Amino acid sequence: MNEMLDTGIGAAVRRREDNRFLQGIGNYTDDIVLPGQTHAHIVRSPHAHASIVGIDKAAAEKIEGVVAILTAEDFADYGGLPCGWQVNGKNDEPMKEPKHPILAEGRVRHVGDPVVVVIAETADIARDASEKVSVSYKELPSAILVDDAVGAGAAAVHEEAPGNVCYDWELGDKAVVDAAFKGAAHVARLELVNNRLIPNAMEPRAAIGDFNRGTGDHSLYTTSQNPHVIRLLMGAFVLNIPEHKLRVYAPDVGGGFGSKIYHYAEEAIVTVAAAKLARPVKWVADRSESFISDAHGRDHVTTVELALDKDGNFLGLRETTLANMGAYLSTFAPAVPTYLHGTLLAGNYVTPVIYCNVKAVFTNTVPVDAYRGAGRPEATYLLERIIDIAAHDLKMDPAELRRRNFIKPDQFPYDTPVALTYDIGDYEATLDQAMQASDYAGYAARKAESAKNGKLRGRGLISYIEACGIAPSNVAGALGARAGLYEAATIRVNPTGSVSVLTGSHAHGQGHETTFAQVVSDMLGISYDSVDVIHGDTDKIPFGMGTYGSRSIAVGGAAIVGAVDKIINKGRRIAAHLMEASEADVVFENGEFKVMGTDKQVGFGDVALTAYVPHNYPLETLEPGLEETAFYDPKNFTYPAGCHICEVEIDPETGVVEIASFTAADDFGRIINPMVVEGQVHGGLVQGIGQALLEGCVYDDNGQLLTGSFMDYCMPRADDFPNFVVSTNVTECTHNPLGVKGCGEAGAIGSPPAVVSAICDALSEYGVTHFDMPATPSKVWSLIHGGKKAA
Amino acid sequence: MTVNVSMNVNGKTVSADVEDRTLLVTYLRENQRLTGTHVGCDTSQCGACVVHVNGKSIKSCTMLAVQAAGAEVSTIEGVANGDELHPMQEAFRDNHGLQCGFCTPGMVMSALDLVKTNPDPSETEVREWLEGNLCRCTGYHNIVKSILAGAKAMRGA
Repeated sequence: MNEMLDTGIGAAVRRREDNRFLQGIGNYTDDIVLPGQTHAHIVRSPHAHASIVGIDKAAAEKIEGVVAILTAEDFADYGGLPCGWQVNGKNDEPMKEPKHPILAEGRVRHVGDPVVVVIAETADIARDASEKVSVSYKELPSAILVDDAVGAGAAAVHEEAPGNVCYDWELGDKAVVDAAFKGAAHVARLELVNNRLIPNAMEPRAAIGDFNRGTGDHSLYTTSQNPHVIRLLMGAFVLNIPEHKLRVYAPDVGGGFGSKIYHYAEEAIVTVAAAKLARPVKWVADRSESFISDAHGRDHVTTVELALDKDGNFLGLRETTLANMGAYLSTFAPAVPTYLHGTLLAGNYVTPVIYCNVKAVFTNTVPVDAYRGAGRPEATYLLERIIDIAAHDLKMDPAELRRRNFIKPDQFPYDTPVALTYDIGDYEATLDQAMQASDYAGYAARKAESAKNGKLRGRGLISYIEACGIAPSNVAGALGARAGLYEAATIRVNPTGSVSVLTGSHAHGQGHETTFAQVVSDMLGISYDSVDVIHGDTDKIPFGMGTYGSRSIAVGGAAIVGAVDKIINKGRRIAAHLMEASEADVVFENGEFKVMGTDKQVGFGDVALTAYVPHNYPLETLEPGLEETAFYDPKNFTYPAGCHICEVEIDPETGVVEIASFTAADDFGRIINPMVVEGQVHGGLVQGIGQALLEGCVYDDNGQLLTGSFMDYCMPRADDFPNFVVSTNVTECTHNPLGVKGCGEAGAIGSPPAVVSAICDALSEYGVTHFDMPATPSKVWSLIHGGKKAA
Repeated sequence: MTVNVSMNVNGKTVSADVEDRTLLVTYLRENQRLTGTHVGCDTSQCGACVVHVNGKSIKSCTMLAVQAAGAEVSTIEGVANGDELHPMQEAFRDNHGLQCGFCTPGMVMSALDLVKTNPDPSETEVREWLEGNLCRCTGYHNIVKSILAGAKAMRGA
């Protein structure tokens, strides 16, 4: 940290964005009212799978205040919603990529599929009129669960995807892995389900389209994590609007967790409708609508096997998974169970050979895409569960089995058998740190105390690794990514020395306005308050790929550093001129340009002013102004890792599981703001513990979403948790300029297996070694009362 | 049917002609343009819309505007003293009790009602009180810490 500043890198600076949020004066999409604004309501399919026989709009059109009623015909000139990642299966066979229409074209494929848009003067009128729109359907057989969807005689979601298979992908050499298993002393095997989740950011999605007839400019206000990506996808692939005529603005966004990465139909709907009507069109989702239209997460059915020698050394890992894509391919869906999942199967361990086979499956359910962690929680879950099973089989201590197989600090950089190169880490350090913080040694006494109170206590310990900031772009491109994965930043030094940071990253809770300002003020040696961070508006920010996959500081932060470096370099040239020194002799320290070995110096502010008032300035060799843009394309992923330890207490009478304690020790590389990092961990933990204990998306056999509201889908609440014990251990990333790794998803990645492991441990006397999440009281009660108590 | 609804919001008498079915939250957001009160669900679960009506915290998505006619209503916009944050707001800021900010107004309004009836709540009491407020970002850890700190500051004030 810059010694002069208590607001620099490493300081727990209180967030500047809180001022507006705490006073209710933020600016979320639904807070925006444009003059002459109309309101859209969407009529959605009540059926999982049906042909549309007819749409009768007549009664609705008669209602006073209805402005327009749109169906698929009104969108005939436009493309479908594009998919941003093409995964090729075995033998390089391209994935099946059926059209994802904006509005259903003759057939609906999931409950919630949009069919008709009613636009009216008020939201109430739009809603009333929607009830008068009569859509007649002929129901078709549906495929809901992945294992059913690939079974004989399953209903076809798309004719062009036989057997409902989108792709059949593999990683690793099956023959080599099979051979390793043949020679193994022990093989642990497990079938598991990674339960389907609904992201439920607290702010429902919303979008407002606007069109300026005078200039032909379109504007879209939207709840997005990546406005430039939406501009590219919607502009280039759906609506044919060139970038310079389309502004996408994502103002304050109330949480995302992945669900607001994707380009959704409603964004195209309001943009098209606004142009047709020459009036702004606003759509705001009801929560019930979010449940059936936001992309869901997880939903894997997996078989995993781990081969070990007699001493517990890992020899090989095999996985086969059916991954649910839902009814259509959402923006990044194909990449999640493949390049964000199969590539993580080495975890923190030396496993010489690994084979992974993933079949992506279409079903008549809401599309599934990346949700906090995206593929990596699924990889960590199956890996950590099978290690526990192996420890149980071999009667080994779970911590020792992990320790034995860890990649050791002197093995970095480490090439895994699943295509990644880990640059750095120290897995034993986080393991030891977590064990100490959780009072590992004192566990027996706590277990005895629980038993005295009639409770079953259990402990679970896991290690995890994740990969943040998908990179580099050329490698991702070779693997099917249809976009670059760099980030962009502009540093605009204003004439009087204040700085505007324009970043392509987008904050929707992460606190970038604070943390990015810390980085820039620290590097420039200027006051934190004189640095402003601007994001979310394609008209202001040169370019960006947005925020997902814990990439903002590792990729976006690195782009900012690149732009600051350019500013400093130009500043040195200006300063050298002002001080009549050789540029090579000028150094920049603590906000001053100095001539080495002399007492000559000139402040950053003076250099900035000189750049804009270039009276004493090398105009022949240097342009005026002080503004620089940098793009940063990462050389590699970053690899945060850590250890989570959970203790649970179970009431055997009721099956209620209480989290008695949860300890996380994480290595996120260098920390910019420890307060913000801890907050990210807390939030991730609750989403992961929520998956393990509470949350589960349930469809009935007909594809009706049974968990379609907060009444039915069990969201984590404050009284479900204790305080968490979190700490960090730092090994700095070796390939980005800040040494940072990312911290957004770790909590959600590590916690599910830690909780499940703890519950299995508590129930070990009932012979429980595994169960599928969530651990609802009825499930746990059944495990207790259905199992046999050991003698 | 359109009705005229008047009430006192944050110390000011306001009035608007609204449809009789208009919810209090809609009245505040649309008619009074007090958009700090948020709508996060449609089943009265999330608590993003909590305001005070006659001194008690209620979910403004569950009350008709006409039911609040003549009432004293306070919203998040009325909590700070000009630019000076209320001690509870300050505690949320100081303890990183918010991330995306969407649930925050409801959390703060809910917390203020808790402290009014229970000036020195325990951690368990805070967690139980928040039964009706959902947050997806913070994991509640820092919200609980904030409310305890806010309560302490208010006791000291």
